[in-house]
Amino acid sequence: MDISRYVIPFEECDLSMIDRVGGKCASLGELLKAQIPVPPGFAISTGAYERFLEDNGLTRKVIQRLDGIDESMIEETEKASVEIRGWIEGGLISEDLEDYIADSYRLLSRRTRCPALPVAVRSSATAEDLPDASFAGQQDTYLWVRGVDDVLDRTKKCWSSLFTPRAISYRITKGFDHSQVLISVAVQKMVRSFAAGVMFTLNPATGDRATVVIDSNWGYGESVVSGEVTPDQFHVNKITMEVTKKTISDKKIYYTTDPETDEVKKLDVDSERRSSQSLLESEIIGLADTAKRIEKHYGKPMDIEWATEKSLPFRGEIYIVQSRPETVWSQKKKAPIVQPMASAVALITAGLMKGKKVTD
Amino acid sequence: MAELKFPSPHEAETIPGTEGWERMYPYHYLYSTDDPERKKYEEGMFWFYDGLHYPEPMYPFDIIWDEAWFLSLSQYNNRIFIVPPAMGIDHRIHNGYIYITPLPVTNVEDIPKRAEIFMKRAGYYYQNWNKLHDNWEEKMTSLIKELADLKIPVLPEMEEEVVVTEGRGVSTGYTLLNAYDKLIDLGILCWQYHFEFLNLGYAAYVFFVDFCTKAFPDIPLQRITQMVGGIDVIIYRPDEELKKLAKLSIELGVDGIAMNGSAAEVFKGMEGSENGRKWLAAFNESREPWFYVSTGTGWYHHDRCWNDDLDMPVSAMRIYIEKLRAGENIDRPTAKVIAERERLAEGYRALLQTDEDRATFDQMLGTSRTVFPYVENHLFYVEHWFHSIFWNKVREVGAILTEHKFIKDVEDVWFMSRAEIKEALWDVVTSWATGSNARGPLVWPKEIEWRKATMQKFREWTPPDAMGKVPETITEPFTIVLWGITSESMSNWAKLKAVTAGDLSRIVGFPGSPGTAEGIVRVCRTVKEINELKEGEILVAPTTSPSWAPAFQKIRAAITDVGGVMCHAAIVCREYGLPAVVGTGSATSRLKTGQKIRVDGAKGEIEIIS
Repeated sequence: MDISRYVIPFEECDLSMIDRVGGKCASLGELLKAQIPVPPGFAISTGAYERFLEDNGLTRKVIQRLDGIDESMIEETEKASVEIRGWIEGGLISEDLEDYIADSYRLLSRRTRCPALPVAVRSSATAEDLPDASFAGQQDTYLWVRGVDDVLDRTKKCWSSLFTPRAISYRITKGFDHSQVLISVAVQKMVRSFAAGVMFTLNPATGDRATVVIDSNWGYGESVVSGEVTPDQFHVNKITMEVTKKTISDKKIYYTTDPETDEVKKLDVDSERRSSQSLLESEIIGLADTAKRIEKHYGKPMDIEWATEKSLPFRGEIYIVQSRPETVWSQKKKAPIVQPMASAVALITAGLMKGKKVTD
Repeated sequence: MAELKFPSPHEAETIPGTEGWERMYPYHYLYSTDDPERKKYEEGMFWFYDGLHYPEPMYPFDIIWDEAWFLSLSQYNNRIFIVPPAMGIDHRIHNGYIYITPLPVTNVEDIPKRAEIFMKRAGYYYQNWNKLHDNWEEKMTSLIKELADLKIPVLPEMEEEVVVTEGRGVSTGYTLLNAYDKLIDLGILCWQYHFEFLNLGYAAYVFFVDFCTKAFPDIPLQRITQMVGGIDVIIYRPDEELKKLAKLSIELGVDGIAMNGSAAEVFKGMEGSENGRKWLAAFNESREPWFYVSTGTGWYHHDRCWNDDLDMPVSAMRIYIEKLRAGENIDRPTAKVIAERERLAEGYRALLQTDEDRATFDQMLGTSRTVFPYVENHLFYVEHWFHSIFWNKVREVGAILTEHKFIKDVEDVWFMSRAEIKEALWDVVTSWATGSNARGPLVWPKEIEWRKATMQKFREWTPPDAMGKVPETITEPFTIVLWGITSESMSNWAKLKAVTAGDLSRIVGFPGSPGTAEGIVRVCRTVKEINELKEGEILVAPTTSPSWAPAFQKIRAAITDVGGVMCHAAIVCREYGLPAVVGTGSATSRLKTGQKIRVDGAKGEIEIIS
């Protein structure tokens, strides 16, 4: 049995493999190809998920359970969700599959010179991250997972997240076949992030493609992704690479790891750090530069999750934790701003006739 | 946007003790209520204070340039090129401050007809720009020569005999009146030329700005200006001359002489050696015309030029000699400016989404680059070179009035309108011819005392930003480019007001050049004070002009009371990569030398730290 069927290092993932490793892992592999710093890790493939369902006799059982449920049946959806998730989380991972995953985890641990390496276990759905079917954040993410047993446990939880009531009704509404949507899991080295957040390779508020917009808060990016905090915002001009706008917000909470329990905790930000800038100027520029490279690699506007790790006291190491195509502005039809005309004066005349609005 | 309300023009207050001020200015500049139709028109228009050109109240003479552009800009818009939706710009004055309003074409059906004519006429200028522009330069230089050659004659006790032997048939009384008429006429003519290209230049620029803003909503105006800005613009030339003279003094080994004493002492010292005389010859060559550069905007008679006081260029040049001696490079970063300009244009172009947009971008960038140098260069010809000579010719007229005791001092002449001067000259020449006593000495000194006091009261009064009704759209290209009258700038006015009312630690102006800087304030009210600047200070000035250029070698940022994104300080700061906040209205009075401030050039904000 070829190990690559079940477990695939990020380095070997790319966009042609979405159906096997999901959008997230495929995109991390792509980033690595473009020399973008991505924390190391591996994908547990959709094949592994299928094998697991098969081994536990769930393949047909799950589909049958969902049969006949439509979008109006909220209660029924919830009941089915609880049942199905119970089956998956209570299922057994076969010995050989467990070995593949455990070996890859131990290898990662050795590679990063960290015993019982803390990892993030996230779902990487095959339908997620597609420009017109973005339901990012609908599947679970587990941070700071240590040891083989916990990795396996969280993997099952990720698999089962394919059957949250929201995910189920989303598929029904969109007309996706439940049996066609598979899930992969990303196991990735935890970045002990000092600051983290999201960034866009265009200004999501105006659609300006010359601007990179960076949202940032202390600690893990979850506080920004979930919208629990108003992050700092930085605008960088892609051409001049200058910070053109800085909004420092009152950042009330952040996520970090409790050193005692290894658990991720939501904490209040110390009063003196609440209104201080969460990124250094050099980090802002470094992130914008990374964003530009990612956009260039994909050839389209991107939406990126990032983190900085303080390996040195004065310099943050930038990591990209995931990236996907931007969906709002990219969906707009490309239309010329003005119809080209034969002469400058024709353009000017047309422009003059419109005038400039004084009050919006 | 918060709704902006401005006072009705007819409710504007009269300052106690200034009653009768109206007689200092042309009657058609006054808001009036005596005719219901005119009253209604004035109430319905949006009159905004032209603080960009006039940070202080108008002198009765200086209003000549306002009248000149009132006519010239409006005629080019409305009678020559026929700008489709915009007629001219109407003017009013209140308490000495100029208010202007752009007139839209109200009959919508006229617009397409106007557009047809505009395409043809403006198209001709755009197509033949370079040829027409060469022609303009010729017209302008010969006009300036005519002005420089114009003699303002002094009335003799008795005419010379040649008047008889040559059968001239006219007296100096007549030639004086004639010279004065000629002087005024040349001034008006110069301003006719001033707008020959300017509206068209701005129209192309406005289109390009509009296009770029639609394509890139976040693009700062400064960056667009940078993409189209010229490299060999003559705004830098006076400064380049100083650099040249500084280098030459070192090459010739006469820099020691150049560094000491007044300009007169330097010249005397230079006379003493072969090399010194060589330097002197180069200096005199630079003076014509480059030292006609004004120390202000050139709009006011008190904006003197370098040629009026050679201590100014000499001491400014010393900054360069010091830099050269310290082994520093004083050359303009031209290659860098060109590279940056291309990088910006290519960078933005590459981000456009369609081929159509790239075609439009190329076309309009090309056109803007052709027309833009005029926008930057005309200032030297008109506001600096011509005006500097013109003011001095008027001073010669003032000297005649002083001699005949009409006014106490030459500088009192500015308190008379140009029509009043003509009338007074009639009084002078008729009484001179007759041998009687003129009435002027009984009238003018008293009147001028009163006018001085009145203008002082005007100065202490704060003019409202605008009067009348806010319109929905503005189509007049000048109003957009120069005064930046858009929804944004108007809310900026409101913000400015809120700021001045409450938080005294912040000053808001227009973003002139991006970047942030922190440093110590140095308020320089005149260019003479730039020698006091220390390395790394922040210059705070009423306005700057090319004659201020050496200051930019030392400073960390610049702030001005007057000016928009196209003003000198903004252009130079963008070139040197220094932050600038311009058009603050009041920075020179609100900031004090020695204060620590933070300047945000992209936002146009200043924060007082301590």
